[in-house]
Amino acid sequence: MVSEDYTDRELMVTTAAREIEDGETAFVSMRLPLIAFQVAVSTHAPNAMAVYESGVIRDAPADGFIHTMCDLPNLNRAVATTGMIDIMSRLQRGDIDVGFLGGAEIDRYGNLNTTRVAAADREIRLPGSGGACDIACMADRTVLLMPHESRRFAEEVNYVTSPGYPADGNGRDDHPAPGGGPSALVTSKATFGFDERGELYLRTVHPGADVAGVLAAFPWEVQTADDVGEGTVKTTSEPTDEELELVRTFDPDGFWT
Amino acid sequence: MTANMEPLDVAVSRINTGSTIAAGLALEHAIPFAVGHELLRQGVGELTVVGPISDLLFDQLIGGGAVSDVRAAWVGNVSAGTGYRFREAVENGEVTVEDHSNFSIALALQAGAMGVPYLPTRSLLGSDIFERNDRFTEATDPFGGEPLVLVPALKPDWAIVHAQRASPDGDVHLWGNTGIVEPAVGAAENVLVTAEEIVEPAVIKSDSSRVAITRDQVTSVVECPFGAHPSPVTGCYNRDNDYYLRYNRQTETANGFEDWASKWVYGVSGREEYATFVDTDLEITEPTVAAEVQYGQ
Repeated sequence: MVSEDYTDRELMVTTAAREIEDGETAFVSMRLPLIAFQVAVSTHAPNAMAVYESGVIRDAPADGFIHTMCDLPNLNRAVATTGMIDIMSRLQRGDIDVGFLGGAEIDRYGNLNTTRVAAADREIRLPGSGGACDIACMADRTVLLMPHESRRFAEEVNYVTSPGYPADGNGRDDHPAPGGGPSALVTSKATFGFDERGELYLRTVHPGADVAGVLAAFPWEVQTADDVGEGTVKTTSEPTDEELELVRTFDPDGFWT
Repeated sequence: MTANMEPLDVAVSRINTGSTIAAGLALEHAIPFAVGHELLRQGVGELTVVGPISDLLFDQLIGGGAVSDVRAAWVGNVSAGTGYRFREAVENGEVTVEDHSNFSIALALQAGAMGVPYLPTRSLLGSDIFERNDRFTEATDPFGGEPLVLVPALKPDWAIVHAQRASPDGDVHLWGNTGIVEPAVGAAENVLVTAEEIVEPAVIKSDSSRVAITRDQVTSVVECPFGAHPSPVTGCYNRDNDYYLRYNRQTETANGFEDWASKWVYGVSGREEYATFVDTDLEITEPTVAAEVQYGQ
């Protein structure tokens, strides 16, 4: 167990890292997943691989801090430095087990918006998709990472940049996108799963958070593990000492965490 | 046919106002910032910029008033998130944006490179990138019956690439991740290559497997050391992370951008003078050398 404090984002990283299983190929996107893959491959998933949309393929942590997937420590001693058609083709073939996505807004079916949000009297332009739409459409499953802020939870997102599940309750069965859809949402206060109809439900709350407080941030009545027959809402596992040390090795100045 | 080896300003003067240019093709790696700044100095305008993740290059071109249209998957500052000049220009209606995913922009260029009118994909379906763009068409796979999106070919007037080395003839070695360099070079009418180093043709021919672009594809080749700063170039220099964070703070307002540009873009004659402003140590700390490869006969 841990004897020291950790930040919300450090817990998000270690929780995301545990979503990568040994032997899997992960599509690693910017920010926290850059650190999460390195933690996973250093702990429980030594045979995991990472692909990045720039063309980089890695099987080991970078030997220096990385702001972006193209920082030289991430290219140095990579397995391969190829191109985007190669990486996206692997994704389209169905070879990517898990992808990571963030968003400015999310709805109850895991649809994500990173393109434009409505503010009080105007629309705020955001950077856009990058590879997020492709990952959302074609990865076997996706893990979503977001700060736990009520403005980010929307009955209807302003723009579907990265599709989750349709609102018809049929999950991805009738959905044209070939991927499996979101399997988990990790916020700064809790973790969520998606039921067979594709609707979000509360799975665990992070240490120090409580269920009522977590759910109060949502504009709809969020299901819990109890509602979908998965027992009760538990407490998220804390980072181990080893995991925390790794996070701080890979992000020594806490830039991302 | 060989490329024109010429100074940066001469090469950039070939790019006309109103052109469509593809740049930032290796994503955050080897971004051709030197060309971008020269475009601003020469006052080239009404550009349509095409790319995947532009990481500041498009923000700078937009801030300098050079852009009318953006066809891209992501425009911002990867370290800091927001590109304020892009955001404000879109919100004020000064530039139009055709939203893409990384794969759709890659496929549009790949179709252009392959000489086919479109390529199909299983991405985009169910997204507003598809729903809100008339250029994409949904179709049914005539063989298997599955739904597909058809992405029409895109043939930019120019692809702009920064590389480690090139011959005076325009044969180009580049290494590190390539993003969508190959499809963009294949699709473009003209290619401008800036290289850290111009080398003897024999150096290029000593390692044919590393040749990514051949002379017949290239219009202009320019020797331009440090031409990708602040982005990293494999084997040459690291990413200048502080620059990205400083730029984010300095360019939140249009006036802030003007101040920034008056120093870094308009206040210098070219890349050599620009380099004197950079005092961060970007030297690579582990100069990994590839094991020798033998070719022969």
